[in-house]
Amino acid sequence: MNTPLLAALNISRSYGRGATRFDALKGVSLKIGTGVSLAILGKSGSGKSTLMHLLALLDQPDGGALLVEGKDATELNVKQISRLRNEDFGFVFQQFFLTPNASVLENVILPLKIAGIGARERKMRGMEVLTQLELEDKARNKAIDLSGGQKQRVVIARALVNNPKVIFADEPTGNLDTVTGRLVEDLLFSLNRKDGITLVIVTHDRDLADRCDRQMFIRDGLKVTSLEKAGDAA
Amino acid sequence: MRFLDIITTAVGNSIRSKTRTILTVVAIFIGAFTLTITSAIGTGISGYIDNQVGAFGAADVLSITKTSADAAPAGGGPAPYDPRKVTLEGGFPGDGSESAAAVLTPDDLVIIGKVTGILDVSAVQQVTPRYIEYGNRGKFELTVNPNSFLTTPDLASGSQLRADGDQNQILITTAYVGSLGFADAAAAAGQTVTIGITDHQGLMHEVQATVVGVQNETLLASGAGLNQALTDNLHRLQNTGVPESSSTGSLLATARFNPAASGQDVDAMQAALAGKGYTALTVADQIGIIQTVISGIIGVLNAFAVIALVAAGFGIINTLLMSVQERTREIGLMKAMGMGAGRIYALFSIEAVFIGFLGSVIGVLAAIGTGAIANSLLAGTVLADLQGLVVLRFAPGPVAAVIGLVMIIAFLAGTLPARRASRQNPIEALRYE
Repeated sequence: MNTPLLAALNISRSYGRGATRFDALKGVSLKIGTGVSLAILGKSGSGKSTLMHLLALLDQPDGGALLVEGKDATELNVKQISRLRNEDFGFVFQQFFLTPNASVLENVILPLKIAGIGARERKMRGMEVLTQLELEDKARNKAIDLSGGQKQRVVIARALVNNPKVIFADEPTGNLDTVTGRLVEDLLFSLNRKDGITLVIVTHDRDLADRCDRQMFIRDGLKVTSLEKAGDAA
Repeated sequence: MRFLDIITTAVGNSIRSKTRTILTVVAIFIGAFTLTITSAIGTGISGYIDNQVGAFGAADVLSITKTSADAAPAGGGPAPYDPRKVTLEGGFPGDGSESAAAVLTPDDLVIIGKVTGILDVSAVQQVTPRYIEYGNRGKFELTVNPNSFLTTPDLASGSQLRADGDQNQILITTAYVGSLGFADAAAAAGQTVTIGITDHQGLMHEVQATVVGVQNETLLASGAGLNQALTDNLHRLQNTGVPESSSTGSLLATARFNPAASGQDVDAMQAALAGKGYTALTVADQIGIIQTVISGIIGVLNAFAVIALVAAGFGIINTLLMSVQERTREIGLMKAMGMGAGRIYALFSIEAVFIGFLGSVIGVLAAIGTGAIANSLLAGTVLADLQGLVVLRFAPGPVAAVIGLVMIIAFLAGTLPARRASRQNPIEALRYE
């Protein structure tokens, strides 16, 4: 079997000390292969966001090990982790986190700017991805002037612009109405199917979770059940 | 992130919150404006003094006096009699014209001449002419500047005195132009004036002299300049009838040394002369005393301006801390997307430096504009008597130094907010509501 893209081995994470100590994760293991779509489900405070942050290398686990393509994440230095997050990971957040007064194009090419790619190539790749998401006519608009669905599409464009291997999405449809939420979902799953981009989605929306290859339930920092769609288990 | 992208992003960020940036820029503006003005006053006044004292025209001259250490015993009371000590010619006891300082005799000049490095030495001849007259337009008292050969005076018209030649030459000051009956300074040049001088027995003699030029009135040494030929003539007339036996000397001697001598050589000469009981000063030494006082005053003024700048620095800290607070999520996002802490630090530091740059450049430009207006106003009114004084002089060096200093202060002020920004945890930042 191929080395999984991401693997967590009994990882734990706690916040605070002494009496105020809170164990957000109490030992969770999972493997994410290339090209799969995984939904992490759970109530708020269950530790699902913490798990995603750990998988996305935004945080370090207190216990256990995290493997990226078979390599222990603790062996990676800060620069390598930054490069990994910049080039291999894309992020989609519930609150969008767009710079309101900057143009749509400016927002989309931020990861390329951070990567140190030249202005001309940035613009070209930015327009390419906006065209792919049918937002090319909004490129010069300010991010603040867009509707919720458009904003989330800009966020997905920003996540896609550096051709990532994985997209981490934290409640991607949480701020959207059902119709636009459905459109954003379609977009994410088509990227998953066509381009083989791995999806890690944190949600409490069962309908969204049902569309994923795998579902993982978390409660009180522990993995409860793991479901795999029939036929996808290979 | 490329360095150029960091700069443009930082500049863009500082422009984003306009009101806050403008207010901080105003604070820096005030400091930079004040500092530029005070340093310009320093440059202007020092430049004026340099001009006055002749722009170090005679850098190879030492003016030598006898160190009057034995003038009076420490416990008070009269000084012991020294038969070799002479009184100054032309002095009258009791009216203050005689000097307590010891006088240089011809013997002293021989001793001085033997000091290594001294090329030649001569006593400064003091002549006290009684009047000056042009045509028959009235006689006026004439003050002579005995040190005029040490300097290259600032001329209103005409030319400088010639050291050699036997033509009697005089350089009058602008104050004499109107009184003597010349239309203007240019009209005076080349005219012949009559100088009256009394000899030892009280007889009046007259000497003709050519006005070679008109010098601007100076603060430090006022009086007409005479060339060597005229001085010799007047001195000869003045000493007509002095008894052979009376020994004379002069208060001041000048010695020339090799103009190529290094500072160490000059120091050695000064030390050698000091060892023999003489005080030797170069022109630079003499100017240095005045310069020290002026730079002391300017230093105090500059200190006030720097205080203003430090206050402005706290304005920068405040502005950027607010900016970091406001952009917490943006910083978190950039970090999540792989932007390193160093780059975030650079981003905020450059924003601080940019604000400092903006404030200082506007401040400096405003100061230069204000200075130009102030100069023309002052020159026509309050300072009309001080010719050649440009109060505010903006030299490129000090102006660049002001901009540089403000940018350094801004950078230092930016370190605290920049550090805070660079240390933000991306998850915490993204959770921030």
